Amino acid sequence: MHYTGAQILLESLKREGVEVLFGYPGGAVLDIYDEIPRHPELRHILVRHEQGAVHAADGYARATGKVGACLVTSGPGATNTVTGIATAYCDSIPLVAVTGQVPTALIGNDAFQEVDIVGITRPCTKHNYLVKDIRKLALTIRQAFYLAKSGRPGPVLIDLPKDIVQAKTEFVWPEHISMRSYNPTYKPNLNQLRRTAEEIGKAQKPVFLAGGGVIMSNAAESLADLAQTLQIPVTCTLMGLGAYPATDALWLGMVGMHGAYAANLAITSSDLLICAGTRFDDRVTGKISAFAPNACIVHIDIDPTSIRKNVGVDVPLVGDCNLSLQGIRDICAAKFGSRNWAEDHAGWLNTVREWKKSKPLAYHHSNDSIKPQQVIETLFELTGGDAIVTTEVGQHQMWTAQFFMFTKPRTLLTSGGLGTMGYGFPAAIGAQLAFPDKTVIAVAGDASLQMNIQELGTAVANNLPVKVVILNNRYMGMVRQWQELFYNNNYSATSMEAQPDFVKLAQAYGAEGYRIDSSENLLPVLKQALSTPAPAFIDVVVEREENVYPMVPGGAALDEMLLV
Amino acid sequence: MQRHVISVLVENEPGVLSRVVGLFSGRGFNIHSLNVAPTLEEGVSHMTITTFGDSVILEQIMKQLHKIVTVIKVMDYTETHAVEREMMFVKVQAEGPMRGEILRTVEIFRCKVIDVSHNEMIIEATGDYEKLEAIISLLQRFGIKELARTGSVAMRRSKKQTD
Repeated sequence: MHYTGAQILLESLKREGVEVLFGYPGGAVLDIYDEIPRHPELRHILVRHEQGAVHAADGYARATGKVGACLVTSGPGATNTVTGIATAYCDSIPLVAVTGQVPTALIGNDAFQEVDIVGITRPCTKHNYLVKDIRKLALTIRQAFYLAKSGRPGPVLIDLPKDIVQAKTEFVWPEHISMRSYNPTYKPNLNQLRRTAEEIGKAQKPVFLAGGGVIMSNAAESLADLAQTLQIPVTCTLMGLGAYPATDALWLGMVGMHGAYAANLAITSSDLLICAGTRFDDRVTGKISAFAPNACIVHIDIDPTSIRKNVGVDVPLVGDCNLSLQGIRDICAAKFGSRNWAEDHAGWLNTVREWKKSKPLAYHHSNDSIKPQQVIETLFELTGGDAIVTTEVGQHQMWTAQFFMFTKPRTLLTSGGLGTMGYGFPAAIGAQLAFPDKTVIAVAGDASLQMNIQELGTAVANNLPVKVVILNNRYMGMVRQWQELFYNNNYSATSMEAQPDFVKLAQAYGAEGYRIDSSENLLPVLKQALSTPAPAFIDVVVEREENVYPMVPGGAALDEMLLV
Repeated sequence: MQRHVISVLVENEPGVLSRVVGLFSGRGFNIHSLNVAPTLEEGVSHMTITTFGDSVILEQIMKQLHKIVTVIKVMDYTETHAVEREMMFVKVQAEGPMRGEILRTVEIFRCKVIDVSHNEMIIEATGDYEKLEAIISLLQRFGIKELARTGSVAMRRSKKQTD
């Protein structure tokens, strides 16, 4: 059967299990778009900006665990995807971005809408391809999906010149896939597992630190099982939230710059730190030399480069988080039998519980204004935690991380590594497409939302009932907070006084708009807004100069926190 | 800061050099010399990279190189028995009485004179890094006008029967 490049692309996407394709047409991909209507089982979602397409595919991938897919044209279409690709790269999100390219004969000639997107995205993709031979197209797509989802996942880009899309060849789908230069290690080393079990046996003050890798490898259950069996308290990075139920007694809270007092102190005091699927970002460690100074550090990661990159490690464990945690469980079960861990760790658990009790996450309530933290608490209360929450980047992101009790993996979608403002709203659209019946809430700052606010058009056009809750302080809140604390209150360029009427703006798009400016209205109006079947902006006017605490100032040790 | 010789086998495809070089520049590693050429096996190229760095940096370089999808194999030759050679041309000022002394130096180091004019010679030298450094330092007092070096190539020595 002879297919065109466009047909091969769409057929291959379907074989890879793609159900939703986010995209934006243009000259170089016209042939692909010409073909799309003939593949109704591949749902194409027309976004309003290519950045939105990548973030939506990313949100879809994070919420489902599947590979997200998007399609854009050459030149500006391609460059507009870069921020989204870099966002996915930093957080190890599996996605495949297909970009159009000028015809092969024109490449290098500065043709109209030509850009070397393979060169541009080389450092922010797991791998990328320029397809120059149509006979390699199917294999390239197969490899791209395989790379995106295996090992440490990440974005893969395929650049498709227009003549390749138009050319015809026999379609041969490569069922089996293997690459001699790419063999990720899944199975952990048995000796290292044994060493970990030995350290667990000796430890007086053990702590689990879980990152996004635990979610990625579907290891949340194994983590909970192990932590509860061994009675070891758990903290998560921002990317790890949801990997352990925040309602559990062993939960310490999030770690890091805006981490909970108990979590940061527990890490600093620990004598054994078992880290899984985390790469020790500087926002997690604080001052490296003072990070878990007395602990034996076990580091589980599927990417060997993560190990010993930022933090010295005593027991390196290269492998899949889930297999590793299960391996540790099996060895501990055989080695320690029915040892009474609750009794052995009673002193330590008491200490961390005291920390939790003495300095819980807190804020000062106010009679005159709505506190942003209160909004997040109310959202949690209203949804019972049963929602997919996305965030933009800034104060509202940290408050969401702190005050929404995430209990399940894949329920918090947030740009952790790159910190991309403008991520949350399109990501929510992706998540809602994957789960049409779930409550999907994008918590946004008034500044962040305006970076990709045009995607409201996408939400309305596709009847996606995404709820955008704007914590509106008319500032770039987090930058303002730093200016207040470290730059003598010099609020340079952080005021967002001139802003649209978000309610009217929502209505202008055909969505619903709500404004909440008094505490009494918070619960009822949020409740009403969450129950509407339409997309909605909920503009919550909050205390303008509220700060996120605890805060570990840049370069300080984790236990040097500014508290409320 | 130790000198390291790293040998990398890569899929010979467009952009692979860019990936390797981009890794070094993007992560702030330093490339002292770089040599790339195809191997006997079709589709596979061999790179020899020399770099300076402590053991932590070297470990990251090795791992990061290995992480590149088109990199097949990475070996560090620093601590192993390996042979290493590079080649260079030195155009040296060679007038009157100096010529004899230059030729003696050439002989001691088993170099070759491959071009000669009234006042210059081009010397071809092959050897490991230290040897070439020694030749340069000796020739410097005559006046080096131009220098071209290939960068090192390296290969692991065969196992000896007594090993």
